[in-house]
Amino acid sequence: MTILHALVLLPALGALGAAVHRDEAYRTAWLVVIAALHLALTGTAWVSAPRATLGGWLALDALGLIVLTVVSTLFGVAAVYAVGYLRRESPRGGRAFVSCLLGFLAAASLVTVSHHFALLWVGLEATTLAVAPLIFHRHDRRSLEAVWKYLMLSSVGIALALLGTFLLAAAQSASAGTGRPLMLEDLIAAGALLDPRWLRAASVFLLVGFGAKMGLVPLHLWKPDTYGEAPSLVAGLMAGALTTCAFLGLMRMVQVVAAAGQGAFLTPLLLAFGLASLAVAALLLIGQSDLKRLLAYSSVEHMGLLVLGLGLGGGGVYGSLLHAVNNGLAKGLLFLTAGNVALARRAGDAGDQRGLLQTLPVSGVLLVVGLFAVTGSPPFGTFISEFTIVRGAFEGGHPWIGAATMLCLAVAFVGIARLVVGMAYGPPSGSNARTPESAWLVVGPAMLAVLLVALGVYIPPSLHQRLSDAAAALGGRAP
Amino acid sequence: MSRTAELVLILVVLANFVVLGTARLSSCVRAVALQGVLLGLAPILLFPGWSAHRVALAVGTIVIKGLVVPRFLLWAIREAAVRREVEPRLGYLPSLLLGTVVLALAFALAERWPLPVEGGGLLVAVAVTTVVHGLFVLTARRNAVTQVVGYIMMENGIYLFGLTQAERVPFLVELGVLLDVFVGVFIMGIVVFHINREFDSIDSTRLSELAE
Amino acid sequence: MTWSSVAALGVVLLVAPALPGVATRTRSFLTGRRGPPALQLYFELAKLLRKRVVYGATTTWLFRIAPVSGLVAALLAACLLPLDGRGAIAGFAGDFVLFAGLLALGRFLVILAALDTGSSLEGVGASREAMVGAFAETALFLVFAALVLATGRTTLSGMLGSPLVAAWSASLPSLAMLGLGLFVLLLAEASRVPVDDPATHLELTMIHEVAILDYSGPDLALVLYGSSLKFALFTALAAGVLGPRAALGPAAALAVLPAELLLVAVAVGAVEAVTARLRLNRIPQLLVATSALVVFATILLLRPA
Repeated sequence: MTILHALVLLPALGALGAAVHRDEAYRTAWLVVIAALHLALTGTAWVSAPRATLGGWLALDALGLIVLTVVSTLFGVAAVYAVGYLRRESPRGGRAFVSCLLGFLAAASLVTVSHHFALLWVGLEATTLAVAPLIFHRHDRRSLEAVWKYLMLSSVGIALALLGTFLLAAAQSASAGTGRPLMLEDLIAAGALLDPRWLRAASVFLLVGFGAKMGLVPLHLWKPDTYGEAPSLVAGLMAGALTTCAFLGLMRMVQVVAAAGQGAFLTPLLLAFGLASLAVAALLLIGQSDLKRLLAYSSVEHMGLLVLGLGLGGGGVYGSLLHAVNNGLAKGLLFLTAGNVALARRAGDAGDQRGLLQTLPVSGVLLVVGLFAVTGSPPFGTFISEFTIVRGAFEGGHPWIGAATMLCLAVAFVGIARLVVGMAYGPPSGSNARTPESAWLVVGPAMLAVLLVALGVYIPPSLHQRLSDAAAALGGRAP
Repeated sequence: MSRTAELVLILVVLANFVVLGTARLSSCVRAVALQGVLLGLAPILLFPGWSAHRVALAVGTIVIKGLVVPRFLLWAIREAAVRREVEPRLGYLPSLLLGTVVLALAFALAERWPLPVEGGGLLVAVAVTTVVHGLFVLTARRNAVTQVVGYIMMENGIYLFGLTQAERVPFLVELGVLLDVFVGVFIMGIVVFHINREFDSIDSTRLSELAE
Repeated sequence: MTWSSVAALGVVLLVAPALPGVATRTRSFLTGRRGPPALQLYFELAKLLRKRVVYGATTTWLFRIAPVSGLVAALLAACLLPLDGRGAIAGFAGDFVLFAGLLALGRFLVILAALDTGSSLEGVGASREAMVGAFAETALFLVFAALVLATGRTTLSGMLGSPLVAAWSASLPSLAMLGLGLFVLLLAEASRVPVDDPATHLELTMIHEVAILDYSGPDLALVLYGSSLKFALFTALAAGVLGPRAALGPAAALAVLPAELLLVAVAVGAVEAVTARLRLNRIPQLLVATSALVVFATILLLRPA
């Protein structure tokens, strides 16, 4: 039993354990403990790199470690938040809630440590299935509609990704001596031997399939509804962790394609999807009046940014990876804060909420902080990562792309700021009283905000090393 | 490719057309049930040699795709007390015609992209056809159960394509894929049940409250 | 023109009126009734020939020539089919087009005569007949195209003769699907359930019956005989594809012919017993589905061996 096994089995067994117990308080404590243990395991992986097991199926390289850290951190924060959330909301079927959360963690961990493409697919599909019950836990009409759209679109996406995986196997089998089927290392090593036609077809299907999971345009239609109706902590996990896992799948595919020398085929596709997502999301951000739907479009935009950085190559890849980390943290921060805002909304309080800085001071501050974090303002880490990506555009000889990106980011800032500032400032819409805020609900987002500032100021050398290694594996380099 | 294997693949395509052309929900579900059974038999017929893994996978596929999932869907249909599909977005006649065109294109495509495997041409053509037909049913139909049937068809087509790589994709992964499909359909069925309870119908065009 | 082909034509002409009766009797048996005698149509024809013909005041010469012309067209079409299993009375490259054309001519005359009466019910029947014809003829041509591909011959005698026996061993699934398609076409062209119910008495649900509503006496006899001959031709076509007799000697093939025809008629009756008549707007769906089936068979035949 190595760390890699434990990373997957611990939450999986935890999910089973949570399903068994009746006492809700016990379940939430169980959740927090497992999340903490998982975080500890991840920390250990930073200190001493674990060796590959299961014949190379499970391994943790720099890329996987980065994504795993994002997932684990976000989950830890979400677990702490869940304590306060479940106390307040007490959703029907609290048992399923915790089990599905832990199941999600297990599946996401599987995606990060898997070096076999089919196993990666299984993990990603499992994450889809694990969050579905979480999305419609309220069992009302709107969440039912949201989960149905999510299931349909995600299933199509994930099925296409499976087809892409099989096409990848076909590319491998077309020539001899290509090593074990669908193993990442063997695919990279046998790059030149892979059949280019099958490989290109595989890359397109994997791009579309994983892109649907990430929420790239034009497969983003499920995002606003799903993030809008799901409980905020679930939406935060999806926006921060699930999309990053899907991005990991995409990056694994890019690794293989780059090793096979077919990068030139993929670059225009990546740039197109990236820019389209940026532009469409920025446009749709303007005029949004619902906070969570706004954040969903912001998520689409940032996914576009990630893919754009990947397509730009060079320093852009490093920026993309750094942004994956920062975006995950920022989305977590904002969604959890949005959850606090929603929880404080009194029943019958129609219309927009205003004056949050007075009624919900801590959450109000966090909301404004989150605004600057997610739109890439200094001193937050997102500024550094977005700057790196844009610089990668100019350095790589794509000045127009760089300019367009900056324009889209500016538009997005205006869109988000309009709503957030409107919500935070001004006279309160309802009563003037300060609503008491549970410590459980704010400590998590506050920590994420602190982390984001820290990353904006200083990138620790171990992180920088891992990011550079991962960027190099993807055909890029550190800036 | 043996005669029986060819027959199995032809029956898979015929089942596709049944789903494309019929409005009766139970007929659609029975057609994919038949497809599931055929898919379970396919690896045994296509590839020589027996092994415990292969037999177990075949039995598992037949049980899950041929018995459990269809029974579950039929239960959902009974719960919703709906027997026929409402007029779909794209009528049955255009569906059949489009399906035939897709079939022709798939066969043409399969000729140009040879796969180094037994009976590659027919298998690839049938797989691509089934995937596209499934995608089509998923998007063009309005009844929620039919959409799930379309999803199952798509998965069946992808599974068939995976058979061309069967020797390279290990048993454990096939099992994982099967399990994922099963759980996926299960969750979809639960959602359909809830949709029916909330909306009193399983016409997915009623799911239109959420908008920009 | 050989003696066996002429004899086969004679057999078919003789047996034709029995086929609808056999089908209806089978259907009755399978649904728990006794039904009319199998040879009922012979007695009907005899009775009608003795009667006097009556023409409506609104009808013209078209209405008077239609029955005979339709029967002649059907007879000419029968001459093109290799009813003895190996050769037709007359044949040439591409004669299947003439075959389909003659049958279409017959249907066209029925439609025109129905419109000629000026009655609205017959007009409805005419339009429905045209709708069924449009889809059925497309399917028929697709079947012929597939047969040309399967056997490599362009004459009906070639398509349904000895080359077909060889084609069966090469492409069994495709030919089975073709046979099934032809069976459905038979149901459509002969106006049987699920396309048209011959036992109904509700004019608004009829297709063929209502188009021939105004005929009387010998004219009606000619029309009924023509319909049964069309039934027999399509039965022979279906039997020819599903059970080619080219391997048998001429006398044996001749002896097997009525048995095959009756067997197909029994099958028609069985299908009638278990299916319900389709809604009118579903009939095109059925025929398009049949066409799709035939196209699939064609695609399979097009694959390089």
